[in-house]
Amino acid sequence: MSLSHQDVARIARLSRIAVTDAEIDAVNRQLNSILGLIEQMQAVNTDGIEPMAHPQDVSLRLREDVVTEPNRREACQAVAPQVEKGLFLVPKVIE
Amino acid sequence: MKWEVVIGLEVHVQLNTVSKIFSGASTAFGAEPNTQASLVELALPGVLPVLNKAVVEKAIRLGLALDATINQKNVFARKNYFYPDLPKGYQISQMELPIVEHGKLNILVGDEEKSIRVTRAHMEEDAGKSLHEDFHGMTGIDLNRAGTPLLEVVSEPDMRSAEEAVAYAKALHTLVTWLGICDGNMQEGSFRVDANVSVRPFGQAEFGTRREVKNLNSFRFLEQAIKYETQWQIETIEDGGKVQQATVLFDPDSGETRMMRSKEDAHDYRYFPDPDLLPVRISDEQIARVRSEMPELPAQMKARFVDAFGVTPYDAAVLTGSRALATYFEAVATASGQGKLAANWLGGDVAARLNREGKDIAELPIDAERLSGLLVRIADGTLSNKLAKQVFDAMWDSGLSADVIIERDGLKQVSDVGAIEKMVEEVLAANPKAVEEFRAGKEKALNALAGQVMKASKGKANPAQVQEILKQKLA
Amino acid sequence: MIHATLKQLSQQLADKQVSAVELATEYLQRIDALNPQLNAFITVDRDKTLLEAAAADARRAAGSAGLLTGAPIAHKDIFCQQGWKTSCGSKMLDNFISPYDAHVIEQCQAAGLVTLGRANMDEFAMGSSNENSYYGAVKNPWDLAAIPGGSSGGSAAAVAARLAPVATATDTGGSIRQPASHCGVTGIKPTYGVVSRFGMVAYASSLDQGGVMAQTAEDCALMLNVIAGFDERDSTSLERAKEDYSRELSQPLAGLRVGLPREYFADGLAADVGRIIDNAVSELKKLGAEVVDISLPNTQLSIPAYYVIAPAEASANLSRFDGVRYGHRASEYKDLVDMYEKSRAEGFGSEVKRRIMVGTYVLSHGYYDAYYIKAQKIRRLIADDFKAAFAGCDVILGPVAPTAAFNLGEKSGDPVQMYLSDIYTLSVNLAGLPAMSVPAGFSDNGRPVGLQIIGNYFSEAKMLNVAHQFQQVTDWHSKAPAL
Repeated sequence: MSLSHQDVARIARLSRIAVTDAEIDAVNRQLNSILGLIEQMQAVNTDGIEPMAHPQDVSLRLREDVVTEPNRREACQAVAPQVEKGLFLVPKVIE
Repeated sequence: MKWEVVIGLEVHVQLNTVSKIFSGASTAFGAEPNTQASLVELALPGVLPVLNKAVVEKAIRLGLALDATINQKNVFARKNYFYPDLPKGYQISQMELPIVEHGKLNILVGDEEKSIRVTRAHMEEDAGKSLHEDFHGMTGIDLNRAGTPLLEVVSEPDMRSAEEAVAYAKALHTLVTWLGICDGNMQEGSFRVDANVSVRPFGQAEFGTRREVKNLNSFRFLEQAIKYETQWQIETIEDGGKVQQATVLFDPDSGETRMMRSKEDAHDYRYFPDPDLLPVRISDEQIARVRSEMPELPAQMKARFVDAFGVTPYDAAVLTGSRALATYFEAVATASGQGKLAANWLGGDVAARLNREGKDIAELPIDAERLSGLLVRIADGTLSNKLAKQVFDAMWDSGLSADVIIERDGLKQVSDVGAIEKMVEEVLAANPKAVEEFRAGKEKALNALAGQVMKASKGKANPAQVQEILKQKLA
Repeated sequence: MIHATLKQLSQQLADKQVSAVELATEYLQRIDALNPQLNAFITVDRDKTLLEAAAADARRAAGSAGLLTGAPIAHKDIFCQQGWKTSCGSKMLDNFISPYDAHVIEQCQAAGLVTLGRANMDEFAMGSSNENSYYGAVKNPWDLAAIPGGSSGGSAAAVAARLAPVATATDTGGSIRQPASHCGVTGIKPTYGVVSRFGMVAYASSLDQGGVMAQTAEDCALMLNVIAGFDERDSTSLERAKEDYSRELSQPLAGLRVGLPREYFADGLAADVGRIIDNAVSELKKLGAEVVDISLPNTQLSIPAYYVIAPAEASANLSRFDGVRYGHRASEYKDLVDMYEKSRAEGFGSEVKRRIMVGTYVLSHGYYDAYYIKAQKIRRLIADDFKAAFAGCDVILGPVAPTAAFNLGEKSGDPVQMYLSDIYTLSVNLAGLPAMSVPAGFSDNGRPVGLQIIGNYFSEAKMLNVAHQFQQVTDWHSKAPAL
């Protein structure tokens, strides 16, 4: 499996990472070599094996439905790029 | 060609927990922007989700009410897409193993009961809100709503008209408010509907290509949107075009739908199990406990009302339209022993006055005991219908019981035969012409005479008795 | 004093031979002197450190000091610390002053440990050489031409160069053990779920685990006592009784069964490293350990499986860095999508971008089963290999890396070559097991080499026991580079 420039552009777009024309060759080559490494998995038969998502086979712990978090807007928005009237500002969202 | 519309609904039910699905931030509606967005909702680096137990239990509640399978192992997954109101860049939702699957919900279409299959209901977090008012041409992001727990309830494409879709949506709305898991406030977005709509020639087995109408927040919009979309699809095909799979938005102002995105730019959500959350495991005991805490369901109550109180299935359906109404009806019907009368009053005068005042059954100023007192006086002949309405209005405004008002205003129906005979004789003597006419075969003259008697009694004479005595005297 | 262990420092503090302020001042001076060449710290804030030290002294004066109150520590720049820049080695977070503390930081603060500064690291913990830091590569204190290892290279270099007696670190695929090995310090990665991940900037959530580095195993045990334990804010944190990780330190090793996995001593292992590990095993045999030949047949597959699972999780974990609420936002953009794409292209370094794109690809429509599910199945095979192996042994020994530290720049142009050097560490993270690196000798070119000790789940105390006993009869851990 080898990626084309078009594939790389699609992946970059899905990842929301700009890849310039000058970079795309190198990125494409590196991704292909990593995918080559990953391909080694296909040599093993894993039929009937249950996928392992977690190191420990334990169940989710649940919390009680109580409000514990105070309003920390000021402290949290101190590090925000652009804020007005308590809102985070972003370029116009078109629906 | 005759066309058939096929509809499936996806409903986002906001659960009425006090804290968010994955953090201890408040879910209260209408707070100052971003004051209820905790570190977790802001998706600061390093923060982690911890699941709210109430969300699981409310989901189990709905699952049991839908007669569905509760998956005792269910798994959260990440749904990846970038959007400024989605702070993590993924929504925590459920994909392969949702908490609820294979349920059903019955709806009434005309007189026919129809069962709509519910594919699944899964737990997920709500997104924040984008505010498009002008911030120098920018959009403002408020994350207070982010992390509010949702159940996404997905139906099979089992509905065949806008009316059926509305009936299903209403039945689900009734159910979630009935179960006490959602406040049902559609204006505030607590119950939001997406409709998958397609059309096909009558008799064709395969479905047509569907378009999804997003975010309908009233039953009226749901109906309008489906009707518009159906018409649009039929016209498109009849004009030689093809319906393309797409997501569309309904514009309530124009009554039309418009394209949001086509299948080509559909998202690739890259679902995978959320490694921050382990599988949710639900024990038999937990299910049994939730079951024991559930109220009687509307369907069961409906059947019981027909049996126990002799009301019609239609009335029973109306009466179980909300838990508050059903509870109120049952209390009145039981206390008064007058099920049908109670149903008539609740569907008639009570509903009319509530409607006029823009009030909900929960805000009715007459409690069940007082209303049943009124019904008892109608049943035992103390009050005519006309007097009863008068007493009802006085009860609404005063807080007094029917008996007190009847006594105070002297509104007791006169059923004393001697008194009525006296009034009849006086009326007959004063209206010889009408008596003549009646005897000449003019039946209508009797009504005029009866009207005179009622007038003489100031409306208090028992109308049936008046008729009877008049006929005797004229015979 | 600068060569003292944490244990010794805590004694000196308790005996009032030195104050926390004096200790912090001495370390800060050494950092001032040596950090320009080593680049082990991203942030040093003298005033903040001295305030913490003064508070520790006040606590001691008030009689409420704990065992480690006043002892200095370096924190990997991955743990959110209120009021400190928490950059995670990235331009993306170069302007991020954390408004909250990670659980690990809270625990250290509660113990009265004094923050010396924030240790350099590979960006978002992705790397094996520390060359992926936005703040520049860390240099190996033993040889400035060599990499210190990664991703916790700053922590390892700081402890090795005696810029700090201990340091926090994290390990997703070897990021504690490999730099510890390359820098000649002792490092431990506990069982997954033992140290809370709350406030630890996530790389690969099902693999990430916090831990520590110090000169000795005994110091690691003391630190683990501070940072380990249940935290309700992390759903994967395990609810277990608090334990004393130093309780087994002095037990004799007689009868200990040490497993040597064939696959860890096969082709690819440098001869000098192999010899050092053999010698270490001989030392343990002298202490009464019995050697068992074991097999971990799927070791080779750990590389592809890891480089699917970790990037997949990372691709989602790093989506939050979008320039909306914090972090880098591009200065010029056409629209929203352009802002995302530029902010992320500018804010992330090339290795991070590569892993995000690999992760995005393996999760994307049509490839999920072939890559992600397949990798998770292999993960199960690897965990099962360990399960079988531990039926016949108490701990597993082997090398940490195939070679001693390579030179800066040697592999930076070839990501796959870099990935292949993680061969002996990745399996442990996939299985969620605890493991250590203990200084065991020097390569032919004079660079440190560590012995890896892998334990069964929750056997940290046993591993620390083995390491401690080894350190009673060897002195590799007390050697310091000439600087």
